[in-house]
Amino acid sequence: MPDITPEVVSHLAHLARIALTDDEITRLTGELGQIVDSVAKVSAVATPDVPATSHPIPLGMVTREDVVGQTLTTEQALSGAPEHELGQFKVSSILGEEQ
Amino acid sequence: MSASELTTASAARLSELLAAGEVSSVEVTQAHLDRIAAVDGDIHAFLHVNAAALDTARQVDAARAAGDALGALAGIPVAIKDVLCTLDMPSTAGSKILEGWIPPYDATVVARMRAAGLVPLGKTNMDEFAMGSSTEHSAYGNTHNPWDLTRIPGGSGGGSAAAVAAFEAPLALGSDTGGSIRQPAAVTGSVGMKPTYGGVSRYGAIALASSLDQVGPVTRTVLDAGLLHDVIGGHDPRDSTSIPDAWPSFADAARAGLRGEGLKGLRVGVVKELSQEGQGFQPGVLQRFRESLALLEAQGAEIVEVSAPSFDYAIAAYYLILPAEASSNLAKFDSVRFGLRVEVPGGTVEDVMAASREAGFGDEVKRRIILGTYALSAGYYDAYYGSAQKVRTLIQRDFDAAFEKVDVLATPSAPTTAFPLGSKVDDPLAMYLNDLTTIPANLAGVPGISIPAGLAPEDNLPVGIQFMAPVREDARLYTVGAALESLLESQWGGSLLSLAPAL
Repeated sequence: MPDITPEVVSHLAHLARIALTDDEITRLTGELGQIVDSVAKVSAVATPDVPATSHPIPLGMVTREDVVGQTLTTEQALSGAPEHELGQFKVSSILGEEQ
Repeated sequence: MSASELTTASAARLSELLAAGEVSSVEVTQAHLDRIAAVDGDIHAFLHVNAAALDTARQVDAARAAGDALGALAGIPVAIKDVLCTLDMPSTAGSKILEGWIPPYDATVVARMRAAGLVPLGKTNMDEFAMGSSTEHSAYGNTHNPWDLTRIPGGSGGGSAAAVAAFEAPLALGSDTGGSIRQPAAVTGSVGMKPTYGGVSRYGAIALASSLDQVGPVTRTVLDAGLLHDVIGGHDPRDSTSIPDAWPSFADAARAGLRGEGLKGLRVGVVKELSQEGQGFQPGVLQRFRESLALLEAQGAEIVEVSAPSFDYAIAAYYLILPAEASSNLAKFDSVRFGLRVEVPGGTVEDVMAASREAGFGDEVKRRIILGTYALSAGYYDAYYGSAQKVRTLIQRDFDAAFEKVDVLATPSAPTTAFPLGSKVDDPLAMYLNDLTTIPANLAGVPGISIPAGLAPEDNLPVGIQFMAPVREDARLYTVGAALESLLESQWGGSLLSLAPAL
């Protein structure tokens, strides 16, 4: 297994969209290394003949009638939004200036 | 009746008093609000107290006076873990990122309780997004164990367990992803039940790990847990993992246990991997556990040792599956549709998102999101997440093999009694070991219940015993749990919580 380096943690933080501070990256690098070492033992018993289980109780494909159900109003859906306008969620620019 | 008689009564007893007209819901609710005002400064079980509780109680009293048909728990107050969405109260899941958020809908379990006339008292404290075993990862401060205010109340549902143990509420709701109902029950001397996966709707429960999460009752007696389970359980078309089967009455199952049924000939499996010295168990925990088994045996149960070798890998698999699912579920906290937004002058939406998540999430949440992102990333997926899912299969096979030989499995509910606040919060691996005995049930989807088994002689703190049953056999746990509870209480001369120090 590869070592957990500050660069790896920094990359993961970017993927997870969390602007970690340098101190946090340093601390998490140590902690994650320990945690990954302790959980890596799963591969010892996970032999190719064992099927994976993603859900405890398989129910198969669950469907419903294709009819309009009880849904939120626009006002309800926007009620928790930090910012909204004209019935839509509002965010800052999608692209940076250099783009 | 005195206020303290009302706050120490079980929900089943309150139900009788309310039905007989001996007390009103307003009186019962007021007694609990007064108790909260008196002790919650020390306990801090509640993040929010419902200002409308007395109005709701009045409505139930009026409906009763009008002769309406009411459910068994109508008029009885209930505390709600803050992971559950409530239309009229903030729902933060213990996180700053959701501070003040009022959801536009009720969780199905909350809607069902309202329809049954229960009176929501407020929202209870928890580890942030249910990540923890001590409630110390709440963004809103620690909850204190009513038995010893310097100790943890368990987690993640420490608030709900402490609320019932401190007589601030007769009933509470919890959620259990790796033990968050059962472990707090064990360390506070209360009862906690994790139903079969899919037995109770997850709609409106803020998701931690969707294939593990399950909502369930937190109470002081097994019968009360059964009564509450009867209200919240059953199929919900809004949860596609909800089991469509009809369920028996769990209150009736508990009553059968209280009558002494269910123990003669019962085969109780003791999991070798989760009940021995040298596995991190405190001596007093093992002592009370074995005494409980001896009581069952004396009533005609057969104690059988069973082996579940894959359980040794359960914590490792859990701490891959949970972070993987959590990292995906928590992506929704993106500063766009709800929750915290941190302004970044001139920043793009991605900059705002990253700054908001940095400011809004606590250390444990960041740790698990980064771990989950790692476990799911290209090149490592098979080694980590894929392997963990295979371990899940092996654990299910161990359960299947065990349940061919026995009717229920028994383990201590937690390896130790309540530990001091602050003693493990900076050591994630030590904290994760607290869920040793509870995690296998979540990985396999089987139901598990924790009931009080006594006080550990070395520290006079509560010990819990856990029973697990095959999938869909929740009723069996209520019968066995109530039967043992009744035997133990006749030894103690009352409930374990009646021995707790006064607050």
